[in-house]
Amino acid sequence: MNKLAFLLAATLLAGSGAALASGGADLRMEPAPINRLDAASLQRGARNFVNYCLNCHSAKYMRYARLTDIGVDTAMIQDNLMFASTKIGDTMNAAMTPADAKAWFGTPPPDLSVISHVRGSDWLYNYFLGFYRDDKSASGWNNLVFPNVAMPHVAWQLSGTGKLVETEFENHEKAIAGVIARKGLAKLEPGKDGKWIMLAIEPDPDAPGTMTPVQYQLWVADLVNYLNYMAEPDKNKRISLGIIVLIYLGVLFAFAYALKRSYWKDLH
Amino acid sequence: MQKIMNWIDARFPLTALWESQWGKYVAPKNFNFWYYFGSLAAFVLVLQIVTGIVLTMNYKPDAARAFESVEYIMRDVEWGWLIRYMHSTGASMFFVVVYLHMFRGLMYGSYRKPRELTWIFGCLIYLCLMGEAFFGYLLPWGQMSYWGAQVIVNLFATVPFIGEGLSQWIRGDYTISDITLNRFFAFHVAAFPLLLIGLVAAHLMALHETGSNNPDGIEIKQQPKDPKTGLPLDGIYSHPYYTYKDIVGVIVFLAVFSIIVFFVPDMGGYFLEANNYVPANPLQTPEHIAPVWYFTPYYAILRAVPSKILPFLPATQFYGVMAMGAAVMIFFALPWLDRGKVKSIRYRGTLYKSWLAAFVIAFLILGYLGVVPVTVWGQFSESLPILGGADKATVVARVLTLVYFLFFLLMPWYTARDKTKPVPERVIWK
Repeated sequence: MNKLAFLLAATLLAGSGAALASGGADLRMEPAPINRLDAASLQRGARNFVNYCLNCHSAKYMRYARLTDIGVDTAMIQDNLMFASTKIGDTMNAAMTPADAKAWFGTPPPDLSVISHVRGSDWLYNYFLGFYRDDKSASGWNNLVFPNVAMPHVAWQLSGTGKLVETEFENHEKAIAGVIARKGLAKLEPGKDGKWIMLAIEPDPDAPGTMTPVQYQLWVADLVNYLNYMAEPDKNKRISLGIIVLIYLGVLFAFAYALKRSYWKDLH
Repeated sequence: MQKIMNWIDARFPLTALWESQWGKYVAPKNFNFWYYFGSLAAFVLVLQIVTGIVLTMNYKPDAARAFESVEYIMRDVEWGWLIRYMHSTGASMFFVVVYLHMFRGLMYGSYRKPRELTWIFGCLIYLCLMGEAFFGYLLPWGQMSYWGAQVIVNLFATVPFIGEGLSQWIRGDYTISDITLNRFFAFHVAAFPLLLIGLVAAHLMALHETGSNNPDGIEIKQQPKDPKTGLPLDGIYSHPYYTYKDIVGVIVFLAVFSIIVFFVPDMGGYFLEANNYVPANPLQTPEHIAPVWYFTPYYAILRAVPSKILPFLPATQFYGVMAMGAAVMIFFALPWLDRGKVKSIRYRGTLYKSWLAAFVIAFLILGYLGVVPVTVWGQFSESLPILGGADKATVVARVLTLVYFLFFLLMPWYTARDKTKPVPERVIWK
């Protein structure tokens, strides 16, 4: 049985190794520095979401009233977070209609209620850091994580204008070393003659934002933390309940096992 | 209490039913780890029915509202998230348990005479379960629900002559639509659960008629009786012995189940796919459509079979569809393919053991290949003869499909030739 398992594992590993070596563009993302238990971060994230996302994107399954989960009271929600709606029981709907959105952007902005389930936190975090100036695109912006995305860089005043920088490396190994040395979002693409190109975004010194790069990263982390919460508002409850359930099952197991033993001990 | 029982028994065989099906059912005493999965499958069936009923109270089988109603359950219904995660996890765990239960049957020859009908009812349950899972997967109305159903229903369109009409008849429309959703809902919550319950009852009645097999493959009914108890030497009553043993099994299962439900309900995209959080969009085909993990071995077989097999035959995907169908249906023939002198793997020779190992490895790797795109391992170098330029994964899937079928088709030959060990009189226990 062990031999069998080993053989299987070896086969699968060989397979995945081959898949990595087969080449193509390779996106290196930073893990999102988020903490689902950090209420202050979630509240800042909700503020960022309402101010920057909700104009175009809805979160039509998320009720404003639900924000009490993250430690804000109803009065605070009504005074500070509700611009597009009047009733606390309403869901978060954008002012813009889907038809207008399609006319203006070519594609309607997706609903963000469960976007974190679809994309994952890391993807979202890097996506917000991935915008750069591109005169060839319709909006004037492009994105390293989501090439040719229709969405413009909404928070550019905060982050400043990024520009795409290409660095050429002699081979794949050196390119990876380059990514590690850079410590941030980068994309590797095969170049000519076995060379590799690292694509990364650098701030444009001529067009700085109101925030430093680190401040902006924290701003994005708060937003992603909030999006992650919004995709499943009961997540924290789920995890803490899970621990109690497992402890209960552990105790139940001890009793059930003792019962089974006592019945079975008279069998020979 | 006894008076009430007497009253009932005079009118309905309650005590007789309990005693024949469980209370006085004599089972071998040497059941091992692999024998938990039968009772666990029954447990998961109950769990799915109960959680399913509660979900039905808030779910809307309507293309315009289905996705929304699932999010409503996840957010606004009290404990809705728990019920829904239990149901989605339960679906996958049902297959985990059933696959392990079937593997037990293969290892210990539980399908052999006199248990052929128990095995056949089991195969029918497996078929039904696949249908139940397929219909249920459309209900959340996400992208994967929609396109997965599209792909599977289109398989029927490959049937020569009647295919197009057949697939339309299944959908009730030219594409997967609100009409399809409604009928799949009807199948998922009414027709198939009824079928499943009926088949499970038949499976258990047939089993309790013949008696259970065991890891040694010894027929305990043929053993001499213990003069004190009147039971076969290696037989014990299911109650209380297996009642309390199976309760321990259920608790361990619930622990595993809870770890998934409470900590990783998506199971990294295998139990709930990321793309299924995007509402169904008939105008946007996802880049990569893969079925849920429990169907992937068959999906890999479907993709492995080329549409052009012989020069004089027309090119059609129907060959792949037939292979996929045959891969499931061939399980039915197992009792008549096996000609071994012994039932259990403990007394089989190297031939059967090797073939079973090859089959399991093929099944698992095919399962993996069914999840990933065919380009996953790249292509063979162009300079190679015959294989040049072909996708490596496709070639591997073809070889493993062959292994899958040869396990069954060569079985009459290798089980008859196998060098078996003598089977002892008594079961090996402790």
